[in-house]
Amino acid sequence: MEKRFWNEYQKDIADDHFFYERSCIRQTFFPGSEAAFLRILREELGKDICDNPHQHTCTGIGYHSDVVPLETTMTVVARLFSLMSECGYENYVPSCVTSFGVFSEVIEKWEHNPQLLEQTRQFLWEATKREFKIPKNIAHPSDVIFKFRFDLKPKMKYQLVNRFTGKPLRVVEHIGCHYAKIFPEKGIGKAEFPYVLAGMIEAWGGEVIDYPERRHCCGFGFRQYLVQENRGYSIANTKKKFQSMEPYEPDFILTNCPGCSMFLDKWQYTIAEMEHKTYDKNGFGIPVLTYEELAGLLLGYDPWKLGFQLHQVQSEPLFDKIGIAYNPDEKYKGISGRLLQRPARPECLRQE
Amino acid sequence: MNKFGFSISQGRQINYDEIKSDKLDKLLELVPSYKWCIGCGGCTASCSAGGFTDFNIRRIHTAFQRGQYDGLEEKLKSCMLCGKCLLVCPRGVNLRSLIINMRRILAGVDVVTWRPPREDRIDKQLAKQNEKNKRI
Repeated sequence: MEKRFWNEYQKDIADDHFFYERSCIRQTFFPGSEAAFLRILREELGKDICDNPHQHTCTGIGYHSDVVPLETTMTVVARLFSLMSECGYENYVPSCVTSFGVFSEVIEKWEHNPQLLEQTRQFLWEATKREFKIPKNIAHPSDVIFKFRFDLKPKMKYQLVNRFTGKPLRVVEHIGCHYAKIFPEKGIGKAEFPYVLAGMIEAWGGEVIDYPERRHCCGFGFRQYLVQENRGYSIANTKKKFQSMEPYEPDFILTNCPGCSMFLDKWQYTIAEMEHKTYDKNGFGIPVLTYEELAGLLLGYDPWKLGFQLHQVQSEPLFDKIGIAYNPDEKYKGISGRLLQRPARPECLRQE
Repeated sequence: MNKFGFSISQGRQINYDEIKSDKLDKLLELVPSYKWCIGCGGCTASCSAGGFTDFNIRRIHTAFQRGQYDGLEEKLKSCMLCGKCLLVCPRGVNLRSLIINMRRILAGVDVVTWRPPREDRIDKQLAKQNEKNKRI
């Protein structure tokens, strides 16, 4: 019998030996997140995780924009699985929520239509002479961090507590639609009460804000944002969320999806430019963090190594609240230690 | 158009907390029977003006309730005040009075000092008219 209560539902997440697949866009917008995830798993948790250099797109963006046909998507997904099989892994961890949704969808299709699976095997063989096994376990990296959240807690240097007031930081969590809205049973807490990020926030000392538009889409919606004329619909969704969360005065937003992180961060600048409105009372904007950045930050990793300087909304006020040590002079230095060019400061969005 | 090449689409969501209700409060004060409206649309279905123009009473008073006043004044001019809607309304809403008062409120007439004919008097007149019609 199916479990009826969301809080009783437990998702099956592998314990070790993961095959990692990187996102297409995260390394551009939140470049430190994936490296932080690998470091946390290897150095903090002592897990085995494979980061294969031969990996490629899952076609998610093209698939959801109707420019890549389903058969192609299934064959590309099969090639990714063949890389995993080749490396001897069975637990697949895709960095991107869209990829997670695509893999869940493709496997579901194969289960219900074995002829599609055979056709995909044939296509892959004809194109690449490769074979593959379907992963035993597919988990999103946020699931993995969620699973080990209490193992990470004792290693953390900081807590989600405002050091000036002693109160927990108030956090808005935003979960990508493709995490659990397509296949509710694939997400922790299912679609209506996803607990994956809320669990991390609560475990690490913060307070989750339950605001009216909590489950609303960030506005990424592939077809909307890809066409410039339609972006007005996209940003309207983001604005709706910000208007809804504004009265609760969140300290930051935590996301687990590449698109959501990007849009909730970048659209704050766009809204400020268009309407001269910021949703933070001090005019800085609300910082948007990925769960890896948050974990890395609390573990004491250098914020500039985590890539915080590449965010649109700068996070220094948040660092000050938590008490995180950072060196402003190091902010725009490259790996070589040489100072890179400073970016232009937006007039509409305050920065330190 | 701004430098982005697009603007933020306006939502269709109606936030009643943000609507200034002074006009609606005034209307309800002047036409108390409007509170009984169940939005069945009988008024619109029976409307003579609606048969020839895009005049739609239900749509107009719903927009008035939501604070969407743009273009309402012009639309209300289509009403001929024939009163057929009054006869079909299952809740006894004084629709003619509703329309006259919406017109006055939207035109900015000082409705504080102005008093419409009392509803019970209109009802009596209507009853008299009905009796007359029956006799004919």
